[in-house]
Amino acid sequence: MSRIVGIDLGTTNSLVAHVDAAGIPRVISDAEGRRLLPSVVAYTPAGIVVGEAARRQLARNPARTIYSVKRFMGRGGEDVREEARHVPFEIVPSDEVVRIRVGDREVTPPEVSAQILRTLKQQAEAHFGEPVDKAVITVPAYFNDAQRQATKDASRIAGLEALRIVNEPTAASLAYGLQKLAQGLIAVYDLGGGTFDISILRVKDGVFEVLATNGNTHLGGDDFDRAVVGWLLADIKAVHGEDLSSDPEAVQELRLGAEAAKCRLSSEERTTLLIPFERFTYRREITRAELERLIAPLVDQTLGPCRLALKDAELTPDQVDEIVLVGGSTRVPLVRRRVEELFGKTPHSQLNPDEVVALGAAVQAHILAGGIRDMLLLDVTPLSLGIETLGGIVSVLISRNTTIPTMAKEYFTTSVDGQTAVDMHVLQGERELAKDNRSLARFDLSGIDPMPAGMPKIEVTFLIDADGMLQVQAREQRTGKAASIEVKPTYGLSEAQVAQMVEDSFTHAEADVNARLLIETRTEAETVLNHVRRALAQGGHLVSAEERSLITEALDALRGVEGGSDRDAIRERTIELNRATESLAQLMMDTALREAVTSRRADDLLKRP
Amino acid sequence: MPNYFEVFGLPRKLSLELQELQRRFYDLSRRHHPDFHQTADALAQAASLEASALVNRAYRTLRDPLARVEYVVALEEGREVREETSAKPKPPVDLLAEMLEVQEALQEAKSEGLTAEAAERLRTERDRLEARRRAEETAVTEAAAEWDSAVDRGADRQPLVDRFKQRLAARAYLRTVIDDLSQALGEDAETHVAHRRH
Repeated sequence: MSRIVGIDLGTTNSLVAHVDAAGIPRVISDAEGRRLLPSVVAYTPAGIVVGEAARRQLARNPARTIYSVKRFMGRGGEDVREEARHVPFEIVPSDEVVRIRVGDREVTPPEVSAQILRTLKQQAEAHFGEPVDKAVITVPAYFNDAQRQATKDASRIAGLEALRIVNEPTAASLAYGLQKLAQGLIAVYDLGGGTFDISILRVKDGVFEVLATNGNTHLGGDDFDRAVVGWLLADIKAVHGEDLSSDPEAVQELRLGAEAAKCRLSSEERTTLLIPFERFTYRREITRAELERLIAPLVDQTLGPCRLALKDAELTPDQVDEIVLVGGSTRVPLVRRRVEELFGKTPHSQLNPDEVVALGAAVQAHILAGGIRDMLLLDVTPLSLGIETLGGIVSVLISRNTTIPTMAKEYFTTSVDGQTAVDMHVLQGERELAKDNRSLARFDLSGIDPMPAGMPKIEVTFLIDADGMLQVQAREQRTGKAASIEVKPTYGLSEAQVAQMVEDSFTHAEADVNARLLIETRTEAETVLNHVRRALAQGGHLVSAEERSLITEALDALRGVEGGSDRDAIRERTIELNRATESLAQLMMDTALREAVTSRRADDLLKRP
Repeated sequence: MPNYFEVFGLPRKLSLELQELQRRFYDLSRRHHPDFHQTADALAQAASLEASALVNRAYRTLRDPLARVEYVVALEEGREVREETSAKPKPPVDLLAEMLEVQEALQEAKSEGLTAEAAERLRTERDRLEARRRAEETAVTEAAAEWDSAVDRGADRQPLVDRFKQRLAARAYLRTVIDDLSQALGEDAETHVAHRRH
């Protein structure tokens, strides 16, 4: 069997990993040695840019730069109305699959994700020096069928066969289990950029048996940042009298600043945020306590799912032997504290929480390839599966937390003489009424021989496979004839649409590697040019006239080559411009800090009686 | 298709050594799980998927003492078992009288709102019904030995089947009423659903 890689397709960052010849899972880094690929895709006029380069130009090109696309996977226009208000790119109103407008074209979330997957695929191919076309891809455990399908579609569009869709917390447990770091009853608490999962497993004799899982596919570090940004916007309004909330570029600057500050506050008690805007430089000291006050309600939202998972596993918190932390957001001290309080023991995270899911995906890939025979993963379906019956009530066919693969049979008949078709509505969720659950698809069973009402007996088999995805088969019992089923996914792409996208991805074969590198270099140059222009406008007076003219010279030099195709020239001029502005940047930072200190002293003086 | 006891190579008895069941479950999973048949042809892959699904369902049913009894009853009657439906079961005759009071309390809470007094009353009723439900469950599981000996002796099992059915029906009904009470008390819908699990 050819090489299979493991991919963690994350909300914030994505990674690709493999198991090396010595049987050790390893992250595959890119040409520059970076292990994490930011899950950001920019649709620039010059072409598509993915990763760090796309992230860096986010604040300058917010309408065409898509981030956190995972939050839109497998969802309908109606579901994401609230989410859409918080992103700077345009979500096209629709009843069906979400579409994002970038310039004059519309893309779907699976297509955007496919760009990320393709970049990872190329990264792996560059590493192995051979084609890679098979992967194990992870998804949040609490992803429903439509979200899993969207991930599979993305993979297909990227030219990768998704051999298995694995749940992120389970993948993490495999990585821990491989190194014998976790045994017994394990709780995996996985808080990422946009999703939260809790999974309870029994790890015994090489069998990783998931007992229960729960979560929230719209809760993560993104939400922490959003809470901080809201607070910063209010603060800016109060201090500078400016409302930046409808300025997408400013909001993105603040979002990136908030994210960086949040990360620093995991190891420091206080940090200073410094953001130069056109008319003023905003600075604000944030303490860990302030951050915790803002995010506490969000962190607390993870505890309910934890209790429900424990309840479904028929366990009390103290029976859990070990708690494993996964996902970048578990670096936040408040998160660790809350988890520790709930389970009454210290959680651990020996393996890098950003990488452990990808490593686990690589382990699962190795199992599928036959490289590991003594480890077996038994996962569950996170949500109950049912069909709508009379009165809009759901009849459950497969309960949540059932070990997969699993199947259930249901019998249907006709209600009118001569009826040749029956339709059914399949849903996922825990509520009694169909309208409160997630509609997965409507199935049309047709080709039933005309018979008196109630005579046909159509056996429908609902099978959830090892990917946690539904397959449906139908057979008329009397005739033994397979009934044909037409599936109308409620929030997914049709088979024809995916096939078209796969084809498009060949015809619009993306720019070759060189063109891609050129776009990235140009993007980087634009970012630097922009920063320098701003710095000169605000802090030009801080440096001597000679230095100013040196900077302007370097600026013009870069501007001269930036639009061209000589990548080395652009890169060199960018480096030179960066070097020319080093002391200006330093001076601006010092001044800002000094002002911050002075103004605080002034505050203190004023407060005194 | 083999029945769940046959899947595990076990006699159709209710007393089960759970550790042993788990051991057999792991063994069968290692044999059939699709992960180990990824390189096989399409037909073999489909077979592994089906076998694995059967093993998983069989384990889920047999490891739970009450689901095990329900399954045995269904087997004896030659019908297929399925997951719980949300269709409300009818109250068993012997429970009818005492349910009147509960229904009254529920009605009152509905029409007059959930006062502290009404909530207290609902909670008391719920506790009482929970106790009653547990009693039904215990009665069912305690009859396991009786059943097994009937199997060994080759005795008529119908009276036992009837008794199991009666108790299981009472339990199913009690669960829905307990759910209704929890709902009337305004408790978390998610937690409320969790009650319905075996």
